[in-house]
Amino acid sequence: MNNPDPILLARDLRKDFRVGDVDVHALRGVNLQVQRGEFLAIVGHSGSGKSTLFNILGGLTAPTSGTVILDGRDLRAMGEAERAKLRKTSIGFVFQKYNLLPTLSAGDNIELARSLAGLSGSPRDPHFEEALEMLGIRNRLHHKPRALSGGEQQRVAIARAIVNNPALLLADEPTGNLDTENSTVVLGLLRELNERIGQTIVMITHNPEAAAYAHRVERMKDGVIIVGA
Amino acid sequence: MVNKLVFENLRHRPLRTLLTVLAIGLQVTLVLTIVGLTRGLVESSAARNRGVGADIIIRPPGTSIIGMSSAPMSEGMVKFGEKQPHVAIAQGVVMHGIGGLESIAGIDLGRFSSMAGGLRYLSGGPLEQKSDILIDENYAAQRKLKVGNLVDLANQKWTVRGIVESGKLGKMFVDKAYLQEVTSNTGKISLVYLKLDDPKNIPAVIASLKEQLKDYPIYSMEEFLSYLTPGQIPGVTPFIGVLIGLSIIFGFLVVFLAMYTAVLERTREIGILKALGATSYYVMAMLIRETVVLALIGAVFGILMTFAARAAILAFVPSSLPVVMVPDWWPIAGLISLAGAILGALYPGLKAARQDTIEALAYE
Repeated sequence: MNNPDPILLARDLRKDFRVGDVDVHALRGVNLQVQRGEFLAIVGHSGSGKSTLFNILGGLTAPTSGTVILDGRDLRAMGEAERAKLRKTSIGFVFQKYNLLPTLSAGDNIELARSLAGLSGSPRDPHFEEALEMLGIRNRLHHKPRALSGGEQQRVAIARAIVNNPALLLADEPTGNLDTENSTVVLGLLRELNERIGQTIVMITHNPEAAAYAHRVERMKDGVIIVGA
Repeated sequence: MVNKLVFENLRHRPLRTLLTVLAIGLQVTLVLTIVGLTRGLVESSAARNRGVGADIIIRPPGTSIIGMSSAPMSEGMVKFGEKQPHVAIAQGVVMHGIGGLESIAGIDLGRFSSMAGGLRYLSGGPLEQKSDILIDENYAAQRKLKVGNLVDLANQKWTVRGIVESGKLGKMFVDKAYLQEVTSNTGKISLVYLKLDDPKNIPAVIASLKEQLKDYPIYSMEEFLSYLTPGQIPGVTPFIGVLIGLSIIFGFLVVFLAMYTAVLERTREIGILKALGATSYYVMAMLIRETVVLALIGAVFGILMTFAARAAILAFVPSSLPVVMVPDWWPIAGLISLAGAILGALYPGLKAARQDTIEALAYE
């Protein structure tokens, strides 16, 4: 049953592109609905289209057809500049490779996200301060990424993703580069963020064990979400 | 934060930053040194002319302000000058070019000393023999000459009889009659200098001379010195223009290569910035800001290197290359480096700004 106020709504999403001489139909009509405060995992094998879906939901690329509505705004109607604006205010990203800027300290990586959103200098959200405690990186903020372990880097990336209080946190294989111990910590933290501060999370993963941390799991195959899987 | 990002980017690649700053600095040094040299040549020439002590200069017909090194006027012009009312001393000199911008001054030492208030001998003394030569301290230092040394100039061997303080007419002085003889210019001179009984009479004497010598350029010393600018040296203005053009191209190439490499190196970082919501404008502005910082540091570095270049030039060739510092050209040289740098950063900046976010994030 459809909730009347989903934070994310995707309808008949299609994405076609060309690789060399081959037409690729990466998404073939994805329908998806995510409720505010939900932690959803989208599971699929390589080539299932989950990364393409991640890029479209995150406003990194536009769908060929279909509708994506995030927090009441239609992404398909947006140009590149508007999608950039949406990314800095309403979406937080956690990537498999952490994607911290190597030239900046952990703290500055977080501040950069605030600065891009025009929040530099304003007091940080109390929820974020709580999250920072939860992430356990307060004493590591002055270090450059190269001085941090993979688990610490991913925790900094999570802090950066939520610092602007985004409507949606998108995580793409957040434990893909981590060992089992750090994977458990990071997944536990994502779940805790969801439960304690109500952060809506959509996590893309190929790992069923990681997906088990989510409230709901959707499975993708051949560019569609398998209904009733 | 963008400033911090720019600063950290520069700090993160110290060798690239250093080489770029060095290259931009060299470009600035080159411009400032060449301009300083042209100005130094003119200023030293002006100082030496002032040192003659004359009030009026009569030059041969059809000569430019800077032109020298020939003796096209009759020596009779000196006698003619002497006969003019209010003229206290008249002297004719021969300026014989010996290559480059150097020339030997053929003088009548007695008259020259009377007009110039005497030469100050740092070592040795006045001309004694026909083949004696007096040289100024800078020329002596550059050529490592001492009193008694032989020097080969204008196909003649000259004996250094004295080393004099610089700043009066020329750098090398020989007997005028002998110079006329060895250069086949007997009875010919290059210039006539007149010293008046009272400077107040200068306008009246000049007016009278111009009436009598219609084709001759005649100047008061002050007027002559006011014409001595780098722009009066044939070819200097277009040369400096070409130099500025080359500097901009040089700066463009240096920064283009540096920033192009930087953009390639930082493809993934640009992807991260764009994923976080940085616009194309933000990325472009960040790279331009980085370039401006490099250009400004390079300009400051270039100015500092100009001091070093000047010190080195004056240590080795103080006579031939009297380079001076030209602080009024510092902002111009800075703008030249900035223009070249910004032009060089435009294409890499656009490339970065147009980077596809997803492809950039996937870049290894």
